[in-house]
Amino acid sequence: MPQIAQILETYASQFFWLMIVFGLVYFTIGHGMLPKVEATVDARNRKIADDLAAAELARAEADDLGDSGEADLTAARTAAQAKSASAKAKAAKDADARLAKADAEISAKIAAADAELAKATAKALSDIETVAAEAAADIVAKVSGAKITSAQAAKAVKAVMSHG
Amino acid sequence: MAGESGKIDPMYQFKIEPLAQLNLAGYDVSFTNSSLFMILVLGALWLFMWGGMKRDLVPGRWQMAVEGVTGFVNNMLTSSVGPEGKKYVPLVFSLFMFILMANFMGMMPFGIVPGVHPFTVTSHLTITAVLAVISFGTVLIVGFWKHGLHFFSLFVPHGTPWWLLWLIPLIELFSFLIRPFSLALRLFVAMTAGHVLMKVLAGFVINGLNAEAAWVPLVVSIPSFILMIGITLLELLVCAIQAYVFALLTSLYINDAVNLH
Repeated sequence: MPQIAQILETYASQFFWLMIVFGLVYFTIGHGMLPKVEATVDARNRKIADDLAAAELARAEADDLGDSGEADLTAARTAAQAKSASAKAKAAKDADARLAKADAEISAKIAAADAELAKATAKALSDIETVAAEAAADIVAKVSGAKITSAQAAKAVKAVMSHG
Repeated sequence: MAGESGKIDPMYQFKIEPLAQLNLAGYDVSFTNSSLFMILVLGALWLFMWGGMKRDLVPGRWQMAVEGVTGFVNNMLTSSVGPEGKKYVPLVFSLFMFILMANFMGMMPFGIVPGVHPFTVTSHLTITAVLAVISFGTVLIVGFWKHGLHFFSLFVPHGTPWWLLWLIPLIELFSFLIRPFSLALRLFVAMTAGHVLMKVLAGFVINGLNAEAAWVPLVVSIPSFILMIGITLLELLVCAIQAYVFALLTSLYINDAVNLH
């Protein structure tokens, strides 16, 4: 086995060259190149993490916006419903009030018309009495030649009319 | 590979041969085939990492692969040590990638070029022992630096009954001290055994084809070849698993040092 048979002749050379080569590996590769590779990996991981965080933030924002938009929409819908309901109620009240007023006006007009009618009737009746009394007096004068006062005639007419 | 007279020595692949003589303060530090493969591992690892350094926001395939490996080691440390484990990512990553690349480099089919043969750096006890000492030393330094002498409380687990206080720390100390050996031997044995097995099977294939009897290739070489395909795939898996085990155990030991159980 040369590893053991040769060990005394070759250990110094192997040790010497291993120290040189491993020293170079450790200092130029382990401490020189490796940190740069790891820095690249770290930078990439950080960038990915940052991008993910930014995307998450944007998503949350969009969710918020969506939520608030929904809320706005609901509020606007309720407000519109309330407004239309109140408008409807007001319109109904207005209509009632106008109806009542119109009713009152019409009743007043009817009452006035009734009163006028009654007055006109009374007047017509009294006119008829006067005319009848005059006619009666005329008829009496023509038939009997007796002269009667209009007061007597009126009395007679009234008596007949109230009988009739 | 092939020794004299067509004999195939499965151990020849582990032989270290100097390519250029070098001496430093009385020590022989020659540039050998092992050193060459360490340099190749370093180059391959550097190339792999360089391809992943484009630093794009949307990674390409190569960058994805590099980031996958670094993320894997990072994950291993954060899951076994916690957030403090980030500090040890460079060390564990270096250990993991060096062992992984060395294991894979030893599996490369360089042998198809005559005279060239791959060498598995991690199949040598010297290398795995040094790597284990790096791992174990880090644990000791971190443990004593963070907790001082309180680090010895690692050997008295919570809830030890008082009448076992003479035994448990002894067992714990032993299991602690055996860690560098198990780390070093596990990797060394796994790589050596796998490569010996592959070479032995390859020897069956070649010697069977060279045999004089006509039935031998049919009965020996073809089944061995089919088996070898499977063993090679298994070896590739073992290469990755051994690197993973080394890195995982190192991070678990670092967890002991940082969090004291």
